[in-house]
Amino acid sequence: MKRFLSLLLVAMLALGMLAAAGCGGNEKEPAGQEPAVTKLVVGSETAYAPFEMVDEKTGDYIGFDMDIIKAIGEAMDVEIEIRSMEFTALIPALQNGQIDCAISAMSITEDRAQVVDFTDSYFDAGLIIAVAEGTEGIETVEDLKGKVLAAQIGTIGADACVAIKAEDSATVVKTYDHVGEAFMELQKGGADAVVNDLPVTAYYIQTEATDKVKMVGEVFQADDHYGMPVQKGDTATLNLLNEGLAKIRAEGTYDEIYAKWFE
Amino acid sequence: MNFGFAAAELMFGLSIIDKLQDIYGLQVVINNLPNFAKGAWLTLEITVFSIVIGMILGVIAGLGRMSNIKLVSFISVIYIDFFRGTPLFVQILLLYFGIIPLLFDATAIQSAIIACGLNSGAYVAEIVRAGIQAVDKGQMEAARSLGMTHTQAMIHIVFPQAFKIVIPPLINEFIMLLKDTSLVSAISVPELTHTGKMLYASTYQAVWVWSAVCVFYFVMTKALSILGDWAERRLATE
Repeated sequence: MKRFLSLLLVAMLALGMLAAAGCGGNEKEPAGQEPAVTKLVVGSETAYAPFEMVDEKTGDYIGFDMDIIKAIGEAMDVEIEIRSMEFTALIPALQNGQIDCAISAMSITEDRAQVVDFTDSYFDAGLIIAVAEGTEGIETVEDLKGKVLAAQIGTIGADACVAIKAEDSATVVKTYDHVGEAFMELQKGGADAVVNDLPVTAYYIQTEATDKVKMVGEVFQADDHYGMPVQKGDTATLNLLNEGLAKIRAEGTYDEIYAKWFE
Repeated sequence: MNFGFAAAELMFGLSIIDKLQDIYGLQVVINNLPNFAKGAWLTLEITVFSIVIGMILGVIAGLGRMSNIKLVSFISVIYIDFFRGTPLFVQILLLYFGIIPLLFDATAIQSAIIACGLNSGAYVAEIVRAGIQAVDKGQMEAARSLGMTHTQAMIHIVFPQAFKIVIPPLINEFIMLLKDTSLVSAISVPELTHTGKMLYASTYQAVWVWSAVCVFYFVMTKALSILGDWAERRLATE
């Protein structure tokens, strides 16, 4: 028994030291002397075309958001490293300091703003309903009550579905890790509608499902702006991104990128 | 500061302790205990149905693989190789989005059970084969020399002994299966992991939410292993 206890103690000590060593890297720099940022590790859910996706030929990350963050990197002379991760992992990764910021078509919401800081908005989106071609009787948000709805976990589209379910409990909400799976569910008849960001749904229909899926009704939650989240209180990164954003807007790079992806 | 807390600090490092002391995360978990329980119940249901399918397929494919009829053993080998040689996650996606819609209508939960059952069957088949082959050859020879047919010897002599041998690996397989059902969260089956994902996506309480999910899984797998120990004791001959 004694031997077992001493072994346990040694194991605990070893683990404790490992954990302590692991924490060392996260220690904050002393206040007052902020080091110049030379590199940003940027998180993104790279399965949300046309904002972020993988180039089938080269394997590079491409899309509107990718061009924007690269342009900001060039304008501010910082290296950009994209780290691909699940959408729901972005905010926890920021909180843990695993990434410096994220650019992932993320809407600025009150809930999110409580746990991270957002840059100025860089894109205006809004939600749209998509249904299978030939569907009738779904035109407005009202019509979604009692239907089977598909959306991506953690998005404002999913929040909207949950809000509809709260009003009519007969509504079924199916949520997926990626929006592509929600569209697949719609196409195989497992859902009546997909609720998602307008530009992404429009791009999906245009590139993947021209005759199979259509958008209906008006854009709702139109007061929807994408921002880049940074860790709460990380003013150095926040200022750098805002400055870079202002710069590429002033220089016209932003408009070029916008035209490249949306015109 | 009491010793227990200091030891926990040593074990996990300060940062995790800080996060666990965050009362908001605890509230999130407590408020959602009914949701976790609902998810865990569905996990259990999927596991039980998958075990039933897996056992039936496993016994058929396991015996089929040892069959003298070439075609039967060939089909069994292909089935086992495919479902054991490709990731369950991929099988779940392929069956749900690809193959099952072509054949018949199935809900996500039904597809999940089919995928998990087919996958588990491949492993059970190998367990069954190993169990039968582990029974001493002399047992079959002795039975045959007493005038039993091959089938009689299998049913009365070999199977009962093999059954005892396969219990530990079978329980092991069931525990693996229970944990692997977490993969069906990808097709929006609201089981335990999906419940965790949803909660984590809206609260960002990674440590609390996933710790709670772990506890629920652990309770279920521990129950399974206790069941296995009990079965082994019941069947012990010495």
